[in-house]
Amino acid sequence: MQHVAIADQVDELHDPTSFITKYIWSQDHKVIAIQYGSTAIFVGLIALALSGLMRLQLGFPDTFDFIDPSSYLQFVTMHGMIMVVYLLTALLLGGFGNYMIPLMCGARDMVFPYLNMLSFWFYFVSVLILLASFFVPGGPTGAGWTLYPPQAILNGTPGYDWGIILMLVSLAVFVIAFTMGGLNYVTTVLQARTSGMTLMRMPLTVWAIFVATILGLLAFPALLVSAIMMLLDKLIGTSFFMPALVSLGENLDYTGGSPVLFQHLFWFFGHPEVYIVALPAFGMVSDVISVHARKNIFGYRMMVWAIVAIGALSFVVWAHHMYVSVMHPAFGFFFATTTLIIAVPTAIKVYNWVLTLWKGNIHLTVPMLFAIGFIFTFTHGGLTGLFLGNVTIDLPLSDTYFVVAHFHMVMGVSPVMVLFAAIYHWYPLMTGRMLDEGLGKLHFWVTFLGTYAIYLPMHYLGFLGVPRRYFAMGTTDFIPASAQDLNASITIAALIVGAAQMIFIYNVIVSLRHGKKAGKNPWRATSLEWQTPDVPPHHGNWGPELPKVYRWAYDYSVPGAKDDFIPQTQPVLEGEQSEEAEAMRK
Amino acid sequence: MSLFKTLQEKPWETPEAAGSIAIAQDFDPAKIAVRFIMAVVGVLFFLFIITFLARSQYPDFEALAGQPWQPFSDASRLWINTFILVFASLFIQFGVRKAKEQRQDAVVIGVSLAAFFSVLFLVAQLDLWRGMLAMGFYVNTNPANSYFYALTGIHGLHLLGGLIVLANVVFRVWYDDKFSSISRPLQHCATYWHFMLGIWVVLFALLTSESETINTLAGLCGF
Amino acid sequence: MNIVVALLFLVIGSVVFHILSPWWMTPIASNWGTIDTTIDITLYITAVVFVAVNLFLAYCIYKYRYDPNKRAEYEPENKKLETWLTSITAIGVAAMLAPGLVVWADFVDVPEEAHPIEVMGEQWQWRFRLPGSDGILGEVDSRFVSEDNPFGISPNDDAGLDDVLIDNSELHLPLNKPVKVLLRSKDVLHDFAVPQFRVKMDLVPGTVSYVWFTPTREGKFDILCMELCGIAHYAMRGHVVVDNESNYNSWLEDQSTWADVQGIAPGDSIKGAAQYAVCSSCHGMNGEGNIAMNSPRIAGLPDWYIERQLAYYKQGIRGAHEKDIYGQQMAAMSNVLADDAAIRDVAAYIETLEPGRANPVLRGDATRGKSHYTSCGACHGAKGQGNFALQAPALAGQNDWYLKRQLEHFRLGIRGTHEDDNYGHQMVLMARSLQNEQSIDDLLAYLSGL
Repeated sequence: MQHVAIADQVDELHDPTSFITKYIWSQDHKVIAIQYGSTAIFVGLIALALSGLMRLQLGFPDTFDFIDPSSYLQFVTMHGMIMVVYLLTALLLGGFGNYMIPLMCGARDMVFPYLNMLSFWFYFVSVLILLASFFVPGGPTGAGWTLYPPQAILNGTPGYDWGIILMLVSLAVFVIAFTMGGLNYVTTVLQARTSGMTLMRMPLTVWAIFVATILGLLAFPALLVSAIMMLLDKLIGTSFFMPALVSLGENLDYTGGSPVLFQHLFWFFGHPEVYIVALPAFGMVSDVISVHARKNIFGYRMMVWAIVAIGALSFVVWAHHMYVSVMHPAFGFFFATTTLIIAVPTAIKVYNWVLTLWKGNIHLTVPMLFAIGFIFTFTHGGLTGLFLGNVTIDLPLSDTYFVVAHFHMVMGVSPVMVLFAAIYHWYPLMTGRMLDEGLGKLHFWVTFLGTYAIYLPMHYLGFLGVPRRYFAMGTTDFIPASAQDLNASITIAALIVGAAQMIFIYNVIVSLRHGKKAGKNPWRATSLEWQTPDVPPHHGNWGPELPKVYRWAYDYSVPGAKDDFIPQTQPVLEGEQSEEAEAMRK
Repeated sequence: MSLFKTLQEKPWETPEAAGSIAIAQDFDPAKIAVRFIMAVVGVLFFLFIITFLARSQYPDFEALAGQPWQPFSDASRLWINTFILVFASLFIQFGVRKAKEQRQDAVVIGVSLAAFFSVLFLVAQLDLWRGMLAMGFYVNTNPANSYFYALTGIHGLHLLGGLIVLANVVFRVWYDDKFSSISRPLQHCATYWHFMLGIWVVLFALLTSESETINTLAGLCGF
Repeated sequence: MNIVVALLFLVIGSVVFHILSPWWMTPIASNWGTIDTTIDITLYITAVVFVAVNLFLAYCIYKYRYDPNKRAEYEPENKKLETWLTSITAIGVAAMLAPGLVVWADFVDVPEEAHPIEVMGEQWQWRFRLPGSDGILGEVDSRFVSEDNPFGISPNDDAGLDDVLIDNSELHLPLNKPVKVLLRSKDVLHDFAVPQFRVKMDLVPGTVSYVWFTPTREGKFDILCMELCGIAHYAMRGHVVVDNESNYNSWLEDQSTWADVQGIAPGDSIKGAAQYAVCSSCHGMNGEGNIAMNSPRIAGLPDWYIERQLAYYKQGIRGAHEKDIYGQQMAAMSNVLADDAAIRDVAAYIETLEPGRANPVLRGDATRGKSHYTSCGACHGAKGQGNFALQAPALAGQNDWYLKRQLEHFRLGIRGTHEDDNYGHQMVLMARSLQNEQSIDDLLAYLSGL
């Protein structure tokens, strides 16, 4: 079989007719992507509100009556878990992965549409279970998003009963949802590319999502294993992670388990998870930069290699989260080395983004602004990672606000910058209308400058030694009173940034009906998703015939070409082939 | 390695006619999916086993075999269950072969027996649990017991999942009356069944290991 | 072009912020100056990269801004440039990594002469144990932990008898002597962190971990828990005092060993009954309290709590604040009790008094109060029954007007701010989460219903 078989199945795609099959029980990857995306953004807004509450307490302690130490920890925990798993992972892979893979590969849909639909509904159920924990006795768990035992399941921690159980069940369901989706993404990339779409002709978005999905498939089982074992510890009283202990004066029946074992499992998932979030962001921002700079992505091969290398390395760096968690001392040498090695491919990616702008012809559109914002924040966050990855420096800085500032910069702000860039960039494809540019710029400026005003000073709180996850600092002998002013200014910046996201939500909703008509390919992009016969693409994406691909995704400003972009579907022109290619043929 | 060769391609140098580039030689997404499922499930059990070895190095761990009073020093029950699962694997393989030969009756027999033996295996495993509980080997009395229940339970759930997929395959063939199309999906099911058998054999070996063996293995892993 | 200006502003602003920032690492008080050096090396290298990359970014955006008459250059890759950049990055990374690994090698190599001390963490207190004259810490196990043996020292190990037990949150260390701090936890994960010493390490239940350093500066430093350990994580504080040799030795002499602690006779409630006559004039014959005299109900309060409070009054830890009028009265009265034995006797008697229930006098909304009580209940118990392990007294049955005054005192720092008040400082932090009178009334209304 030479060609992709789905081409022959166009008549089998049964266009859905009723509202329910079209929008609820839909098997169309685009609808599922929107479902995933809107659910993720919805829970993300909840997590954003929770962070606002936390900041109120930190910025203005002794002021707000409705925040007490236990609810504070619950806010911290739910904010972290929702943002990392239920927003970023779901939006980047479930949302953009679903939308982009078939369109960019030239497929009619995912190879297993039914499984894809199930994936979303499992995700939806996991979100419901998660949100249910706000309404159970004791409220949601307040064990921190890392859920470290023993405290996660012991009295003395908020939500140690229902809260933690629902959290673990929700995570287990999420893992199942992700696995179903992930099987689709990798299989679609491997099997359903249209003719001519070789691996190295794929846009970096697809490469990045593909590698991130493989990471997810291999890393999420670790979360599942730890969730199952902790549930057994909680519900049946096994001692996988629970040592003999005296909890609040009471001798418990647990014997000899190992809390550090949980941490190993958790971070064996947790570190790749960072790249499950970061890699798709890397991929999408590469494409956004290339399109709006009217220039091919610089060093495409290096970019692909870097994605693969980062993906592979991400499995051997997990214990850098555990330098002070009591491991064998030799681990420190090993994990510091691997962690700093991973900086090299990451740095190459940064260089290549900047070098793509170099000698480009840069349109400062809203997506491009967000992409530039990403380069800046990611550079900052990546560099502070070199502090924490270096085992010695981690001794004073671990568990301080330096860590909080670092990971928010690198996997909070920067992926979110890319998400915004991507939404402003692909919204015209998804809806047929443009987002309002004025509002978009306003949104960008407040978000970009505001987040930097939040997180730059926060690093200095960390240098001071201010611990994270503290409800209130009280008085200490080493923190000057001025640190409280810093905290207050951070809170004000955070509230402004949080409020600015309403501009974005408003823009997205209003532009659905009132946005400027986008027409086909408004950014004059080369890649396949913009070459569909209809905008937004119909069910089945490609009309009667699948597209054929003749070139890579980055033919911008090719010398001698009429336009400054040549779509991937454009056949080879007479005499276009380079001499080198000719030589290779012989 | 072709992957390395692929990664070295310079895509910008070779704009070509599309027809000359074949993408998928063998369009069989389910095959890829089954491979990935096996990888995911493999990682799941791998991590369980690694934690088992790590946990075994704490003083309260008592292996389930070795001393006469320990349940798996006499592994005959486990052997019986293993043979049941081997039969399931053999019959499903038989079904696959007959499906390739387009012999409907034989396929029905093969698949039915495979399903029968799989269910029998699950029942036998449950009976094993019952027996363990009757002997006082509760889930939380010892980490080795906890692992026994957790590992066999999760293995059973995966087999159950396989049975649901197999039922779905059979049902679809029945319903659509497209007998000729059963060969491939059945092949994938068979692959999964052999894989589950393989996992079971590994678990069997682990659960019946004496503490010296476990300590040696743990030592090799650096615990 | 705003973005170019913004990038320049942010790069320059970051550098200026760093230079002008008064917020930097607290002055070091240990031998780990090498850690600070490693941080400096990393800081300079990353700062150079940060400035260079972002200035180049700004330059590119400015120089190659959109011009309809121009076209971008077509350059798929530039192997030479990429190789160069990769090599320079690799060198930079190595320059940061190498010193880090060297210092780590020091960190994991504990010097022979380092003397061991034990830090024990539990929710949400620090305790310490020194090996005593034999230089060996006695065996411990969590199954030996009880009210009389909070450290869980094994009765079968004689090496434990001379162990010096420090049953409060202040540890003293001798100057310029390396210490190997052995860390153990009774319940959940904690982390022993003293910012001035730079090093920190987790406490893991079931394992003994360690960290070593040499204090190099006299002074009193905060011990913080830096691994989330539950609701009162942020209130788990202690102090480490670095002393010169003579001060250290005199401190050490005042501490009691495990043998000493075991030798203390329990309080005698019959003797205590006689002593109680003085108390009864305010607190009532049956310890039921008297609102007119501003004296709270004490009947049935556990002996350990009464003992500690009486000791605090006598030592001026409680009732010394000028605004604590009734506390001052009590402090004066406490001097009636001659010594520790008398305190133990009277406490033993008070414990035998029949605990009753005080009549509530405040009005509040118990439903709203319930949510406030979540944090309180972690220590004082879901039913307000109190908990010895946390040194949290019973609250159920206590006069609400008394609790209200104490909460207000904690909030205002009238009670609990004395530096030797180990548990009071936790209540100061906790009480501050109640922002107004209404919340306190609501909380106490809920408590009265327990």
